[in-house]
Formats: sequence, structure tokens, C-alpha cells
Amino acid sequence: MSESLERRAAITGAAQSQVGRRLYRTPLDLTIEAALRAIEDAGLTREDIDGLATYPGAMAAPPGFAGPGTPEVQDALRLNLNWHAGGPEGPAQISAVINAINAVAVGLARHVLVYRTVTEASAQGDKGRASVGMGANMPSRVSGFLQWTLPFGAFSAANWLAMYAARHFHEFGTTREQLAQIALTGRANAALNPQAIYTEPMTMEDYFAARMISTPFCLFDCDVPADGSTAVIVSAVETADDAPHGGVRVNAVGSALHGRPSWDQWDDITTFACRDAAAQMWSRTDLKPDDVDTVQLYDGFSFLTMAWIEALGFCGKGESGPFIEGGARIARDGELPLNTSGGQLSAGRLHGFGHLHEAVHQVRGTAGDRQVPGVDVAVAAAGGGPLAGCLLLTR
Amino acid sequence: MSEPAGDKPFRMLPRLDDDVAPFWTGGERGELVMWRCQDCRYWIHPPSPICPTCLSRDIATEALSGRGVVHSFTVNEQNWNPTMPPPYVIALIELDEQPALRLMTNIVNCSSDDVAIGMPVRVVFENHDDVWIPLFEVAS
Repeated sequence: MSESLERRAAITGAAQSQVGRRLYRTPLDLTIEAALRAIEDAGLTREDIDGLATYPGAMAAPPGFAGPGTPEVQDALRLNLNWHAGGPEGPAQISAVINAINAVAVGLARHVLVYRTVTEASAQGDKGRASVGMGANMPSRVSGFLQWTLPFGAFSAANWLAMYAARHFHEFGTTREQLAQIALTGRANAALNPQAIYTEPMTMEDYFAARMISTPFCLFDCDVPADGSTAVIVSAVETADDAPHGGVRVNAVGSALHGRPSWDQWDDITTFACRDAAAQMWSRTDLKPDDVDTVQLYDGFSFLTMAWIEALGFCGKGESGPFIEGGARIARDGELPLNTSGGQLSAGRLHGFGHLHEAVHQVRGTAGDRQVPGVDVAVAAAGGGPLAGCLLLTR
Repeated sequence: MSEPAGDKPFRMLPRLDDDVAPFWTGGERGELVMWRCQDCRYWIHPPSPICPTCLSRDIATEALSGRGVVHSFTVNEQNWNPTMPPPYVIALIELDEQPALRLMTNIVNCSSDDVAIGMPVRVVFENHDDVWIPLFEVAS
């Protein structure tokens, strides 16, 4: 294997703003709060930050989705930047982190502030989830990809991915009882996360009593819109030992996309772009799935997490249902502790960055009451459909 | 090919740009239309000015049979938009002409309980203004 240059980068800080439902704080306000906390967490000052990145950058719609662009944040903090980037195209939400790793690895920047901010709960107000969905604020005629979904009332990724899950059920005999374990595991873990949105216990009966959204997804298979910002500091690895908590090393990146970049034309909808990203990540390291101590896997919808488990090789293709059945294996004291912050299903839809934040804290042993003992290696993964990116992080 | 029975729901309609207009208006003639490579005969969807397999620029629109099978489906129960009340079936149809050539659509003229993966279906069109939306029903 040639040298994996992502190892020139480390994550030296990770922090969140206040997280909650309908905080009615501005996206920039939340972002600044997370950013300053992350800079402090890394043992740095504002003057040390010479790079800035975000996903997806400033966008008009959907409401509450985008957060501030890098120019707003740069100006608010008067950062002197040697490198900056923001944009929605790339290997899912953590493409911003991968971009920062690349910038550090080639020496364009030494300490990059990377953030993701959402205010979807406030944007939704009391008007319900549909008001922040793909159809919100759309012109009367649609073009591009959405013309293939919206005319058919497929307004949400919930609909698109429900068909992925249904196909997985059909081919492999996967059941709702198995799928439920993603939601139940997240809820059990959220009880130990002071920032989590939903913390009351959830039983299998509660899961089956929830209203259906789009079969086989019920309400608890869909993540909860949140307000909050997450920020991490991606630093040159030689500075990692100076960080108060020690830097978390970037061991390998997965960013590949070999299948068609399409939700509906993807070749095998029992998996998604995670297949390609995960395979690439493992090709860039000598570590193996058996070496991983905890996984923080995107759960915008519960099925995505099952697909990530398979793609990352923790079980065989199609076998994630039996693998998570009963929930013991993916519990905090199981062999593969999953989504220990509660994930997006219970802790809130921080759009991939909540998982990254949790992975960093688990690896450096600062996850508080929910700390898994002896974590040396973790995976943080983000994305669904034709978007996927993942990171292998080590102590 | 007839229009589905019953009142037509509100639908968000596509903008009839030049490349997609043949697809969205073929239903006026009862035809499901896509672009096709005239050299290697590959069906190209969504439209592109080049064949993605052989890179030929010689492409033209042709009618498909309008037949396919249900690759997957979901019963949408969420009221995303009050003008399109649930429940309704959203399906991914794999068209007979080519592996993984798919359309997202609705299954109409039957109960959602009667929809199954692998079920043969055929196209029907629902006209809205200058657009003919391709929907699918059970193929008899």
C-alpha cells in the first residue's frame, strides 16, 4: 500500500453549540458558539485558524438546511485564511472534513475549522416536517433530479429510501423488528447524552405503535429535525500531541463513488454509495473491521445504518438484519457499540457531524457517561443514496 | 392506454426543457419515450447528450414498450402536501427494455395491498396541462 496521506491530518477539537428543537437562534449564532468551543477544545486561539470549510455552504433552500456560508463565518471571526471551501457536492456531509484533511495534508492550511449547522427545527416551526422537505418553497415547475420524484408525490428522501429498505426486506427477509433495533439502540444511548433531543425510553411496542411515514419506515425510522451546529478542528498531525485531549488521528478516508450518482438509477438498492466509500477506506489501511471499537453510522433513516454495517464488512451482504436482531451486538456494551450519542434518530439531525463529533470523543475518551471503555479505533460515516463518505479514526 | 380513473390529484409538474420534453409529452400519443443511442442501442435516462456506454453522440428519442416490473415500492402514509392526500403507492419500476433502467412513479388502479415486488406493470398516462405523467398499473 502506498502512503495514505490523510494520516498527515488529525482532529484536535470537536464541539457542539446548544442543540435542540426550535431554539430560534440564528444559524451564524449557533455556528460561532460551536466554532469557539471547538477552537478552545483544541487548545488553540482564533489566530491559529488558517483554514475554513463547511457543508453545504450557503443555500436558499430547503429552509433551515444550509447554515451560514464560509464568508459569513470568516467575517464574523475575522479569520485570516490560507484555504477555504464550502459546497454541497462531494462524498456526503463529511466531504467538508475530507476537504480539510486534504488541505492539511498538502500544507495549504495547518488548523482548519470545519462546521455544519442546521436550523431545520426552527424553520419547520409548527408547520410540520413537510414544510422543510424537498417540495418546500419550490417553483411551480421542477427540473433536474426532483422532476423524477416530485410529480409522483415522492417528496422526501423517506420515500426514496423506503424503497431501498423494502428491496432489502424482499431480497434478504429483513424485518421491521430488526430495523427497529437501530432506533431502539439510538434511544437507549441518547439517555446518556445531555445534548440529545429524545431521551425517554423506547420499547419495541412503542416502535410498532408509531405512525407509518412510508412503508417500511415509521416515524422512529426517520431522524428528528434539530437546531444546532457542530465544529471540528482538522490540524496537521504534528500538532496533535499539543492538543489538550490529544489529537484523534485520521487513519483512512473513504470517498469513492463508482455507481451512478442517482437515487433511482443506482444499480443495487439494497445498498448505496456506502458500498464504494467503505471499500475504498479499507483499501487505504491495514486495520480491519475486527479492530474497530465503536461505529457512528449515519441514521438519517434507520435503513442507512444497516447498509453501512454491511458495507463496512461487520457482517456479510444482506446479513445486517440478523446481525442487529435483539440489539445486544450493537448496544453500548456489545461487540460493536453503535451510535452511542443517540444518533440522528434520537439526538437530532446534525447531518453527519453529530456522528463525527461522537467518534472523536469516543476515541479520545471524553464521551462522558456514554464512554465505551478502551476505544482505540472508530468509524464515522455519513450519507445516503448516491452520497457517502467515511473516516477511520484512531487514537 | 387510458387515463387512470377518478379525480386527478394535484401534481408538481416538470419544466419542459428541450431534453426532457419528449419524455413528458410522449403520453399524448400513448408512448413512453426516452433517448436511445443509435449506435449501441443503449437507453439513456435521464437524458444526456452522449451515450454513457459507447460515447456516441448519435442519440435519438424512441418509444419503449411501456412495460416493466415493480423493482420496489413504498406506501406513502405521510401528508407531505395537502393537495396529494395519502395513502398512495410510490414505486420504482424496472423497464423491460434494459437492466436497471428505472422510473419512480405511482401504481394506480389497484389497492396498495395488491402491489408486490416483481409484479408486471404497464404504463398509463395522466394529463396535466402540457405534461403527460407516466403512471403504472397491473399488467393483465
